[in-house]
Amino acid sequence: MGRLRAIFSTTAARLSALYLMLFTLCALALVAYMTGESARFLVNQTQSTVNDEITDLAQIYSRAGLPGLVRAIDRRSRAPGANLYLISDSTGRVLAGNVGEIDSAILARQGWTKEPFRYQRYSEDSVDSPKGDGAERSHHALAHVFILPNQMRILVGRDLGEPERFKKIVQRALSLALAMMGIGALLIWYFVGRHALRRIDGVSIASRRIMSGDLTGRLPVTGSGDEFDRLADNLNQMLGRISNLNDGLKQVSDNIAHDLKTPLTRLRNRADAALSTKQTTKEYRAALEDMIGQSDQLIRTFNAILMISRLEAGYSSESVAEVDLSAITADVVELYEPLADEAGIKLTAVIAPKLLISGNRELLSQTLSNIIDNALKYARSDHGDATVRVRVAYELSRPVVEICDTGPGIPEADRERVTERFVRLEKSRSEPGSGLGLSLAKAVMKLHKGEMRIEANEPQGLKVSLLFPEGSAAGK
Amino acid sequence: MMKILVIEDDRDSAQYLAKALGETGHSVDLAADGETGFALADSGTYDVLVVDRMLPRRDGLSVVAALRAKGHRTPVLILSALGEVDDRVTGLRAGGDDYLTKPYAFSELLARVEVLQRRVSTGDVETTYRVGDLELDRMSHMAKRGGQEITLQPREFRLLEYLMRHAGQVVTRTMLLENVWEYHFDPQTNVIDVHVSRLRSKIEKGFGVPLLHTVRGAGYMLKVPGKA
Repeated sequence: MGRLRAIFSTTAARLSALYLMLFTLCALALVAYMTGESARFLVNQTQSTVNDEITDLAQIYSRAGLPGLVRAIDRRSRAPGANLYLISDSTGRVLAGNVGEIDSAILARQGWTKEPFRYQRYSEDSVDSPKGDGAERSHHALAHVFILPNQMRILVGRDLGEPERFKKIVQRALSLALAMMGIGALLIWYFVGRHALRRIDGVSIASRRIMSGDLTGRLPVTGSGDEFDRLADNLNQMLGRISNLNDGLKQVSDNIAHDLKTPLTRLRNRADAALSTKQTTKEYRAALEDMIGQSDQLIRTFNAILMISRLEAGYSSESVAEVDLSAITADVVELYEPLADEAGIKLTAVIAPKLLISGNRELLSQTLSNIIDNALKYARSDHGDATVRVRVAYELSRPVVEICDTGPGIPEADRERVTERFVRLEKSRSEPGSGLGLSLAKAVMKLHKGEMRIEANEPQGLKVSLLFPEGSAAGK
Repeated sequence: MMKILVIEDDRDSAQYLAKALGETGHSVDLAADGETGFALADSGTYDVLVVDRMLPRRDGLSVVAALRAKGHRTPVLILSALGEVDDRVTGLRAGGDDYLTKPYAFSELLARVEVLQRRVSTGDVETTYRVGDLELDRMSHMAKRGGQEITLQPREFRLLEYLMRHAGQVVTRTMLLENVWEYHFDPQTNVIDVHVSRLRSKIEKGFGVPLLHTVRGAGYMLKVPGKA
């Protein structure tokens, strides 16, 4: 019983109940209209038949006079399936006709009877026994009454049995059809509702299991591709994303624990070492300065983590404006030029002028600074001159910034990984840096609806490309 | 000596600042919440206000905005744990003159406070700066030392201009990055040092007396040796 109630409380069931109700109302209106209309039609037909009869009788009367009329009525009223006839004299005595008992009030008024009236009819045999089965012969009829100047009355009418029977048949047929449809709807309703309920129950059970901690669980998909499947599919994708994020978060916290613990330990050891042996003021000073430097590095790492989180959570649109990518790149290149010069690395830039994009100057500058800084750090290899090439161009209708170096590059297998937080390849562990530069660059590019590609440079080295979305360049 | 009001709710930070600023020869008043801070700043005469952004009873930015609305022109340095570009912009829009993100080095704060105080006392910006025999003309974009022209790249010119405007004051690397390059992020490598040493070689090589000094643990200072 509870199950049935559950079915009736489903949206599908409620909707079908509403439809059924509306449909019933329409069907009832249709039945009423159709029976009414057909009855009216039949009444009209009856009236015109009666009118014809009257014209006929009037002709007989004018030709053969009253006796002829009485005779004609008598003859006609005996024909099988005849209309109703009655002729009476001024006292109300019936002279001829096939109408038995009739309310005398009907004969008192000239013209069409206002409403169908009851009467009894004589049949062949009832002429002999007028009171025989009169009750059975009670019918409804419509008639026209004439009162002749000598107070004789003539009634010509027609039985309404046939139209009424027709009306009843139509009513019964429609009601039956309605009842069948109602039962059908109830059945469909029950089965569809039960089906829907079963699917939803499956989803609820699965989601409850997932909520209780089993993030690998997924909602059932039947493969029929219906809306339940589509919903389950979307929810499954969402769960996948959640568990990815969750894994990412776990990875990050593990990395934070690892990457921050090491410098913190080093910091602590430095303080410990400075305290344990008696030293000159100058040595203490050096130790403290060293420790401040290490703390600063830690703070930098924290800032970078916070910034990446904020970027990944989405930046306010207020900070995005139309900026000149060419000028931004040129400025950062200029910032690093003396550094490259000092390190003996050739830093060249080919920059297409005035590439305007919608973006954030500060974030873009920082991204470029990170990448160029990286490129300068790793530009050296065993052979050939160290060169870092920066190129800004408009390629395939996308603004692109490329930073290429001639260093050892990154093995293909590691290229995807280097953009993850804190990932530092073994070789770079010795270099200063937080391992967050490329993650930050990736987050910034995502914010600009662009992408960062890390590829091999020809003939050697690494090529980092920043691709901005198509059409983001406002002018050339 | 400067009179400085520090509005900061964290007791340790406030005490540390008061002590350190006191040691550098400034007099410091402390306020631990926004309301008290506003009342003090409104009634007293201070050379510089150091205002923490997040304060009990009254938000730091609203204190600054209210002071500005009342016509106070005292320079304000806003301290904040929020360091994003947006935060900086809202801070400066509220009426702050400079914005420093926590945690900060004391030398950084001191340099900024001194520069802020000077900014007000010097008033109009001069068109020519002079430090010893080094001259810089902002109109003609020319730098000379001992009458001899020095060729500078546009950025080097701006760097020298900033250093000369704050001659005799410590200028930190971050200040240079913010004011000369207009960057608010921290390039991991010390690019600024390389730029400064390039500039140094241009203005000092063959001219005898060094003018551009490195201040250990803080930054740089342009001054004639022996002169305060």
